[in-house]
Amino acid sequence: MHWINFPLITIMIWSGLRIYWAEDVYAFGIGSWEWFHWFPDWFYESLDLDRRLARGLAFHLNFAWLFAINGLVFGIYTWRSGEWRELVPSRNGLRNAWGVLLHDLRLRKQAPPKRGRYNEAQRITYSLVIGLGALALISGFAIYKPTQLSFLTWALGGYGSARLIHFCVTIAFMAFFVIHILQVARAGWQNLTSMVTGYELQPEPSNAPVDPDGTDPAQTILVEAEAQNG
Amino acid sequence: MAEQPELSQADYRRRSRRSLLTGGAAAAAGLLGWRWVQTQPADNRIPGVLRNGHEFNENLWSALFRENHQAASFPRSDASILRVNGRIGIREEIDLANWQLDVIGPEGNNLGQHTLADIQALPFHDMTIEHKCIEGWSQVTTWGGARFSDFLGLYQDQLPDNISHVQLDTPDGDYYVSVDIATMRHNQTLLAYQMLDQPLDDAHGAPLRLATPIKYGIKQIKRIGRIQFLQTRGADYWGERGYDWYAGL
Ligand code: HEM
Repeated sequence: MHWINFPLITIMIWSGLRIYWAEDVYAFGIGSWEWFHWFPDWFYESLDLDRRLARGLAFHLNFAWLFAINGLVFGIYTWRSGEWRELVPSRNGLRNAWGVLLHDLRLRKQAPPKRGRYNEAQRITYSLVIGLGALALISGFAIYKPTQLSFLTWALGGYGSARLIHFCVTIAFMAFFVIHILQVARAGWQNLTSMVTGYELQPEPSNAPVDPDGTDPAQTILVEAEAQNG
Repeated sequence: MAEQPELSQADYRRRSRRSLLTGGAAAAAGLLGWRWVQTQPADNRIPGVLRNGHEFNENLWSALFRENHQAASFPRSDASILRVNGRIGIREEIDLANWQLDVIGPEGNNLGQHTLADIQALPFHDMTIEHKCIEGWSQVTTWGGARFSDFLGLYQDQLPDNISHVQLDTPDGDYYVSVDIATMRHNQTLLAYQMLDQPLDDAHGAPLRLATPIKYGIKQIKRIGRIQFLQTRGADYWGERGYDWYAGL
């Protein structure tokens, strides 16, 4: 489901930006002085996002269902399988995550301890991203049917503010994609294969040869694939 | 690592290979699917499957629609003069004094003609609502006019029961919309002749336009010249140009 999310969200962002192009109102600035306009023209042109509102809507409002269904399946699976325990940040998670950040920026040598599959920075990030997905869904439906689903629109502070939230979610997704890909790239190929297969080879402390039958429990913890394959 | 089974090297290799194969197959299937969507024969300017998707959405949301669903109202003080976006169908000057509204039945038969005074004779209603444009802006404004449902009342006896859509055209025929009958019957759907208590000006659709917060602005046709009751979907300017026919909010 992770791998379905990636193309789905990419399609949602891409078609969403085609919608946004038609009326790109959000900008940073003071008064009439504009510091940064979301987005500059070159951005639309280079990604073929301009003049495609009708097609953008057609993709957006149909793929929204796939996004919703996949999200629902993902949510139910994470909950039922107990995997959510791997994702919930712990109480002193922030401190640990800060350590991970320093480590990632190479400001700190020692990586903070992991608990289970993910470290605290990952836990916090992944929990936030799941929240982001839920918010995309809720704010999306709030601006899709503001009359029939008026409680959603109302809960998000009205149509205008729901729309702004929907847009901020998009920016946050884009930022997450960039950072996530950079991090995985930095973590290396090994990590990527583990993302794909769901299994990870643990680096072995010593260089003891591995029993190919995998019968000895002490030795079934494997060394890195590259080292083995020579 | 309690939940993660430990694997032997051979096992890992096998699993990697299997994952790579399934992953590769899934990616290929995804790409093929994507190409398939993109290369579908177009139905009114968008790939056919997406048009079917729009129609699925239309069936779903119109089935869920109830007469008592109300679009949010706002205080009068929030209202302002609406931004002017489209001029299709109102580019030519018209003589407002000689304007008239033609009403046509499902077979193309003439049912009646009206002056603005006829519409103004119907009970007056106003509403302060948020107008929403499909391009992504919205603005609060106040409309005043007659409910379409009251206008419909004038013709109820002459019409078959299975009217499903109403098509409205500008006098020059350049702009036209088709709107489902449930929306047209809704109490927030007006034949509007006022904005902010003033008669409509040309750019906002004088003398008479459609105003309804449960559709995007593209459906709220300005300067209506003709109203036709239909048993089919009818023609729609933006629907034919790739947009969703329903455009409901
Ligand atoms: C990852 C998920 C999503 C992303 C990244 C995304 C992104 C966007 C963006 C960038 C826009 C344009 C915003 C603007 O013009 O202000 C947009 C508009 C919109 N989105 Fe989404 N969206 C997502 C999911 C959804 C979902 C699940 C729905 C539910 C139906 C939805 C419904 C809408 C609607 C109705 C609009 C406005 C269309 C219009 O005004 O013409 N979106 N989206």
